[in-house]
Amino acid sequence: MSELKSGSNLEKVLKAGHFAFTGECGPPKGANVEHLIEKFQYLKGNVDAVNITDNQTAVVRMSSLAASKLMVDEGLEPNFQMVCRDRNRLAIMSDILGAHALGIRNMLCLSGDHQTFGNHPEAKNVHDIDSMQLIALVKKMRDEGKFLNGDDIDVPPKMFIGAACNPFADPYEYRVYRLANKIEAGADFIQTQCIFNMDKIRDFMKKVVDMGLHEKTYILAGVTPMKNAGMANFMSKFVPGMDIPDSLIKRLKSVDKRDQAEEGIRFALEQVEEFKEMEGVAGVHMMAIEWEHMVPEIAERAKVLPRPVV
Amino acid sequence: MIVADRKSLEEILAMVKDNKKILIAGCKGCVTVCNVGGLKEVEILASSIKIARKKEGNDIEIDIEVLERQCDTEYVAGISETVGDYEAVISLACGVGPQFLSEMYKDQTFYPGVNTTFFGGATQHGVWEERCAGCGTCAIHNFGGLCPIARCAKSLMNGPCGGSSNGVCEINKDTECIWDSIVRKKMEAGRLEDLLGVKGIKDWQTARDGGPRRSIREELVQGNI
Amino acid sequence: MRLSYSADIKVIQVPCTGRVDILHLLNAIEDGADGVYVAGCLEGECHYIEGNLKAKRKVEYVKKTLTELGIEPERVAMYNLSSAQGARFAEIANEMADKIKALGPTPVKNTHAA
Repeated sequence: MSELKSGSNLEKVLKAGHFAFTGECGPPKGANVEHLIEKFQYLKGNVDAVNITDNQTAVVRMSSLAASKLMVDEGLEPNFQMVCRDRNRLAIMSDILGAHALGIRNMLCLSGDHQTFGNHPEAKNVHDIDSMQLIALVKKMRDEGKFLNGDDIDVPPKMFIGAACNPFADPYEYRVYRLANKIEAGADFIQTQCIFNMDKIRDFMKKVVDMGLHEKTYILAGVTPMKNAGMANFMSKFVPGMDIPDSLIKRLKSVDKRDQAEEGIRFALEQVEEFKEMEGVAGVHMMAIEWEHMVPEIAERAKVLPRPVV
Repeated sequence: MIVADRKSLEEILAMVKDNKKILIAGCKGCVTVCNVGGLKEVEILASSIKIARKKEGNDIEIDIEVLERQCDTEYVAGISETVGDYEAVISLACGVGPQFLSEMYKDQTFYPGVNTTFFGGATQHGVWEERCAGCGTCAIHNFGGLCPIARCAKSLMNGPCGGSSNGVCEINKDTECIWDSIVRKKMEAGRLEDLLGVKGIKDWQTARDGGPRRSIREELVQGNI
Repeated sequence: MRLSYSADIKVIQVPCTGRVDILHLLNAIEDGADGVYVAGCLEGECHYIEGNLKAKRKVEYVKKTLTELGIEPERVAMYNLSSAQGARFAEIANEMADKIKALGPTPVKNTHAA
């Protein structure tokens, strides 16, 4: 990793050996640019890059590409999320070129939540290629300067390639191998699903380190502060692939309702502290879902400020 | 086999609401095996329609016929003498049947009485499940003999996704995560290495995406194609 | 034991209710019967293992069909009793006859004489 692959801020931060801190922001369910830009301000200067979700949970929102461009204009660095559910290979390659042209330098490659979860379950899904193949495609376009069909790209898109990893989905024993496949496909960095089960992530990261995977990619641990016990309960029951230990729900319930948000943040901060020391973890991906205005406080208390300038 | 479900009586009754004399045509192929379009089901539909129409005081005359197969012109030709006697025909064959009928008998109206759903088989009496997506490039041997194109909700070639939980797909607790089964089968066989590395991007030209498909067995063709 | 039961009921004997088909029930309704019920052995006591359970599912199917057609599903019913329960047989017959009388004549009108 001597030369920069994309020149993105996130890449530079990670390459310089800093503990990365990324955020997340969902585009609006409408064309409300003002509100979006207001949300950006909470993230500016507090994170290295911000994931812009792509019709997350299959609910229609402003396009992640457009919202990423708005973010570039505001002087923040987006991590442009792309799902395979809504685009075939033509649209995918064209959007990657477009993203580069608009100054976007990070991409997170995802399969996408199934449309049955969303607000248009009647939709036809695409899944022309899957997330693993998307990673390999972005890498091919960047490193070989070629389209999927082998034709040359005149100016190849330079992207820092991200992928997701959910250590809490099944079959657990296979998850580390799937991660290895994503790294082989070309993932420069990994952002994990929200972590709540610390015992399990410790075990998982040990496996990752044993296989030497942390030396081939940067792994950012996913953290979501719980707003209250109800949110924890809901996520535990209804969000697929979530592993929320009863002990956490109990801990949130043990305090007064008014103090549950603070307790959730405290747990998240404890997690960040542990991840700073955990072998193989290169940073934290803070997903403060619809809680962007708390990010400055969380970043401050997590002692990750100021963000490095590289 | 091709699996289908019968349309609702409401929908079928609306199709033939203006007709006084119809034919219901079953098929002895797949739809007989999946109990939706064989002799029994043809008779049940005929009786159900008659009950409805008698209730309205608007009797309907219904004849029934069960073709050997509705997907072969020689059997479709079997009703050439009588097909013109009816105001309309309801076919209980898969989607192929009413099309072969429509193509041969251009002046007759053929209504589909079933919704054709998938290629599959019976996992127990009365329960059918999808197994094949007819993508035109079979590679199930690479996946422990299980098809992720047909059986993974996202048709992932490199699964399982992050929504797999206890062998169940994220979309529905009654849907098996086929990738869970593929991975476990490989692990039990000590052949996990088969799943390492990235499975390449699929060529969908052989699937429906390449346009309507045609199979030709030249040694069987008589005359010009 | 000479028990009397409603004279409105026509009994059709079958060796086992497993022999009763959806079509038999539908055809009865189609031909103008105001109601039709199946009297099978007690559940778990079928001589052919599960004939009466199969009959029960078929009765359910016909009930659903009638519902779809806007006809009272109560016009079709499944009863279970043993061959030793003569009194129960008469009771069921009267119960069914009363139920049908309460529902009134079938809405399935036959133009030809039934």
